[in-house]
Amino acid sequence: MAELKEFLKSLLSLPGLSGFEDPVRAVIAEAWKPLVDDLSVSRIGSLHGLKAGYGDEPRPRILLSAHMDAIGMIVTGIEDGLLRFTEIGGVDPRILPGQPVTVHGQRELPGYVVQPPGWLLPEDQASTKAVEMKYLFVDTGLRPAEVNELVRVGDLVSFAQIPIELTDDWLAGHSLDNRASVAAVTACLQELQHIRHIWDVWAVASVQEEETLGGAFTSPFEIRPDLAVAVDVTFARGPGSPSDYRTFPLGKGVALGWGPNIHPALYVAFKKLAEKLDMPFHDDLMPRMSGTDAMAIQVVAEGIPTMVLSMPIRYMHTPVEVVSMKDIARTGHLMAQFIAELSADYMQTLRWDDES
Amino acid sequence: MTPKKTAPSTAPLIGAEQISLLERLSNAVGVSGAEHEVRKIVMAEIKDLADDIKVDALGNVLATKHARQEPGLRVMLAAHMDEVGFMLVDGEEGLYEFAMVGGIDVRQLPGKTVLVGKDHLPGVIGAKPIHHTTPDERRNAISLDSLRIDVGNGNGKKVHPGDRATFATRFQQLGPSLVGKALDNRLGVATLIELLRHAPAHIELLAAFTVQEEVGLRGARVAGYALDPQLAFALDSTPAGDMPSWDGEESPRYNTRLDGGPAIYVADQGTLSDPRLIQHLLQTAEAFGIPCQIRQPGGGGTDAGAIHKQRAGIPVVSVSVPGRYAHTAALVARLDDWQHTLALMFHALDGLTPAILDLQR
Repeated sequence: MAELKEFLKSLLSLPGLSGFEDPVRAVIAEAWKPLVDDLSVSRIGSLHGLKAGYGDEPRPRILLSAHMDAIGMIVTGIEDGLLRFTEIGGVDPRILPGQPVTVHGQRELPGYVVQPPGWLLPEDQASTKAVEMKYLFVDTGLRPAEVNELVRVGDLVSFAQIPIELTDDWLAGHSLDNRASVAAVTACLQELQHIRHIWDVWAVASVQEEETLGGAFTSPFEIRPDLAVAVDVTFARGPGSPSDYRTFPLGKGVALGWGPNIHPALYVAFKKLAEKLDMPFHDDLMPRMSGTDAMAIQVVAEGIPTMVLSMPIRYMHTPVEVVSMKDIARTGHLMAQFIAELSADYMQTLRWDDES
Repeated sequence: MTPKKTAPSTAPLIGAEQISLLERLSNAVGVSGAEHEVRKIVMAEIKDLADDIKVDALGNVLATKHARQEPGLRVMLAAHMDEVGFMLVDGEEGLYEFAMVGGIDVRQLPGKTVLVGKDHLPGVIGAKPIHHTTPDERRNAISLDSLRIDVGNGNGKKVHPGDRATFATRFQQLGPSLVGKALDNRLGVATLIELLRHAPAHIELLAAFTVQEEVGLRGARVAGYALDPQLAFALDSTPAGDMPSWDGEESPRYNTRLDGGPAIYVADQGTLSDPRLIQHLLQTAEAFGIPCQIRQPGGGGTDAGAIHKQRAGIPVVSVSVPGRYAHTAALVARLDDWQHTLALMFHALDGLTPAILDLQR
């Protein structure tokens, strides 16, 4: 677990914004290399790791998809050495003032998102209303001449908050959405080292989930799995969060997705397995869309039976997201045990309720 | 006095040692009313620099360095040690409601990391996920009463209501800039330590490292009374608002500008500076070619606001290092401005004689 936490912390310290995942992919590839039989990168940058099964060929395939891209910002203008920016992925501007960031210019420049004094803002935003993103700046501490030399419009800005261990189990940082899931898939691959599984396992660190689901549409097409699991984060109960069906206690188990993106028989299979393993879980009700890679995976090619597993995190899409390491380990264990139990003819047993 | 023509400056320089001291001061936690961490650093730094050092009833550090030659003009230099921050006021199981100590814009809080209590336990101030907000909701600031400091379940015994907290920002040098959570006013504290180290022989230097400036200049009031100076300078940090306006129009208001040098106060919310001292500072700057600026008169204030009304009245002026984004997680100041502030104050003290008080205000 300590090793997994260190790996996750290393992922949290890296950029890898949607569409520009290279920095984080390199580190994931390094971790997966000893755990898989083959590593490749898709045409648009997703990382594919194949752990071959022990069944007779042609073996059925399961795809585990964890998006590795992160939300962030991108420079839209430079005024007097200060950077205007817009978002990549969904960023609430209200969490930005005072935020440490890295500007990826000619070299990496540390800086802070800053809110100008009220007298430089539109009257309605001067004192109490939230300040719109377009009126915020990034200040690198450099003078205008140097900024003009080092930064240009289109340069990326990533969150620079360093990960914080709040407790042994709770870790805070940016991009836990969805690097927590990358860690869970990694834990699953580690456990599979000791299991003679029949199916081929394709671990995918997918790209562009926060913007286009680009990775989740294309990797399953290339891999053509029989089954897929989208691994993502969901909402933990906490300050500011609704206390209804959308939120779950932090550190108290895996969330099993249920809704149109999910094949109902897969949900039942995961639920039964969790019960058998005496593993705490929650039903994550997704009445319309799951907001995960599963939205794309399910409709790739002829369609793919898909499941969604999630770890609850607090303060999603802020640089201080909080996750429980226990939940990550549970998610990895649940996937590994599911794969261990997959028989060669499992697909023939996957039935709709109305099938006999 | 007779200004020398751009005399070569013999002012002390700010080097790695001074920056390292500023770093320790900025990273220390000293919310108004709980300045002990800063006081400890100050006490250790000045123990060999002053003839008499004491901690008074409020927690001010009052240090006297006697004049070693006549006439021994009694000059008070005040720099407040405290910083704005938070106090936990309610909660349990790792989640705490908190109140502001000093003026902090609530819009600076969501999504930040904090240090809580005497052990600097790390915590976060989260926010509702954007997925659960509406566009209408996002136009309003997130209110203080919906925010919590989260130190993690299981840490419930390590922190308690009553504990102080600050932003967790670590001091950094970014190119020509200094960045930290508490440069208001550890810049002033660090400057005052250097001035004690390099005190002119003809001045009876009365250094006050004050408490509770951010909650009403309370330390400076009793320090001014106790030290009974003939005149006083407040060393502080003041906002630089020299940024582009939202509509691209030139803003007539900026308070001060980065890279403009030390900011000399003429008038703020609590003080009308002594014109003789303003004049002395401006003449000193001119004589030594030190850049400086007049802070735009307006609101805000410094320890000077309390000091000038002590006893039968004390002539005062404030000199501040300009800094952007005061009272947020990260104040940005320029090393050059700090150096010029130290140089200006050094030469101003060096050239100060009782004659200044012979002029009528």
